[in-house]
Amino acid sequence: MMASLRDFLVMGGYASFVWPAYGLGVLVLGLNGVLALRRERYLLREMAKRNLPGYRVA
Amino acid sequence: MTPALAILRRECLRLLRRSSQLVQPLIFFSLIAILFPFALGQQTELLRQTGPAAVWLSVLLATTLSLEDIFRSDFEDGSLEQCIITLDALPLACAMKSLAHWLTCLVPLIGMALLMSFVYDLTPDARRALISALLLGTPVFSLVGTVASALTVGVRGGALLMALLILPLYIPVLIFGASAVHHATLGLPTLGEHYFLAGLAVLAATLAPFATAAGLRARLS
Amino acid sequence: MFKTLHKYASPMHFFALARALTPWLFGISLVLFGVGLVWGLFLAPADYQQGESFRIIYVHVPSAWLSMFAYLVMAGGGALSLVWKIKLGDVIARAAAPLGASFTALALVTGALWGKPMWGTWWVWDARLTSELLLLFLYLGYLALQSAIEDRRAAARAGAVLAVVGIVNIPIIHYSVVWWSTLHQPATITKMGAPTMATSMLIPLLIMAFAFQLFFLALLLVRARCEILEFEQRAQWVKTLLGASDQSRGTR
Repeated sequence: MMASLRDFLVMGGYASFVWPAYGLGVLVLGLNGVLALRRERYLLREMAKRNLPGYRVA
Repeated sequence: MTPALAILRRECLRLLRRSSQLVQPLIFFSLIAILFPFALGQQTELLRQTGPAAVWLSVLLATTLSLEDIFRSDFEDGSLEQCIITLDALPLACAMKSLAHWLTCLVPLIGMALLMSFVYDLTPDARRALISALLLGTPVFSLVGTVASALTVGVRGGALLMALLILPLYIPVLIFGASAVHHATLGLPTLGEHYFLAGLAVLAATLAPFATAAGLRARLS
Repeated sequence: MFKTLHKYASPMHFFALARALTPWLFGISLVLFGVGLVWGLFLAPADYQQGESFRIIYVHVPSAWLSMFAYLVMAGGGALSLVWKIKLGDVIARAAAPLGASFTALALVTGALWGKPMWGTWWVWDARLTSELLLLFLYLGYLALQSAIEDRRAAARAGAVLAVVGIVNIPIIHYSVVWWSTLHQPATITKMGAPTMATSMLIPLLIMAFAFQLFFLALLLVRARCEILEFEQRAQWVKTLLGASDQSRGTR
């Protein structure tokens, strides 16, 4: 069991190429998702604040 | 005189009157072109091989720096907005702008390129191919450059933004232009490259003025 | 048919549609990612020539496909805005650009990670790699133009022209690069994307491509929602929406 896991992680000697590629893929997808969702939440919050009665934009 | 010719004449006179705009690209071009030997070393054979590439790259960079001025003064004195509102044939006026830029900026550069071909000691065949390829390829630089100039009119950020927008679009001309001279140096036929360059020029001449007009409308309305 | 299309071309309705669709798109793509990863990493056999390193294909090829698809989306949005004056086009083009740029960069880097063990070098001036690199610069030019022009609408309109000019130029650039790379080098050593591919490797690739595609669409919709909020700050429906979300959180 441990041996097969190690085999899998070693990727036939190509581990240093395969895993960074997958890691970067996860990073790009995840970062895009997190940043976009956070930007929307930020926008909604900021704009709601500005939209409160009594708040005037100079 | 037809309106198009009148625009062309006015443009050329305007560009010629500002002598610094005329001369600075030429100086810049020569300066870039003579930097290459300092980086590459002075072996004549090596310079003869790399000369065409150096000349093409120098033309490319000098053109990029000159593009900003195409619409600048028209924008600053407000006549550009007037033109957009009043002219029915805006694309034609844009084509004349490109032509004026080519005549006043790139034709002198081609003259300097001829001079540089002696500095780099090109063979007569290579020299002929260089000049004819420049004559066919540089109209694309002016036409596509006018589009980028229209898109960035009135934008701060200037030359760097312009280079980022325009240099990728110049690559096809660079490829065929440099390859024509390279083949001429080896004594190979260069007709194919010239056909490609002519095709690119025709394509740019038909499409770019419309893109320029659309770009101006996008920026200023 | 046209009535529904027209309805969803209005930012308000598109916003609602995007809100309803995103969770589904994210969900389905995550499930597909799970299936594709298990299939691609465990079940698919190692390539007889490339060994295990071929598994990079499951990241590289989908992102390369997306890098081109995103440009199509961007230019399509630009055309919608330029030709038909549909404001949604601007929103979509601006939302697609950074995504396209990031997937292009991912395709380039994973390509290099694949190239090193296969060709012994991180980079070759092969036509496909070079075109992909130039595509990245086209995206960067668009993004630079967007950040240089302060007014959002003006920036989007200028970007629309640039994107359409770009899409006309992409085939020209690509074929001149192909011509250039075949001219100066003997036949390039392209092992990637061999014409015949075993089904056992192809199916996970298609699943992964589909997962990437759906994830991209979900990201596009979220980013489009942000753009719509910024474009339509002053619209009444946005204010109503904000009021509603404000009350639902009980901050008043």
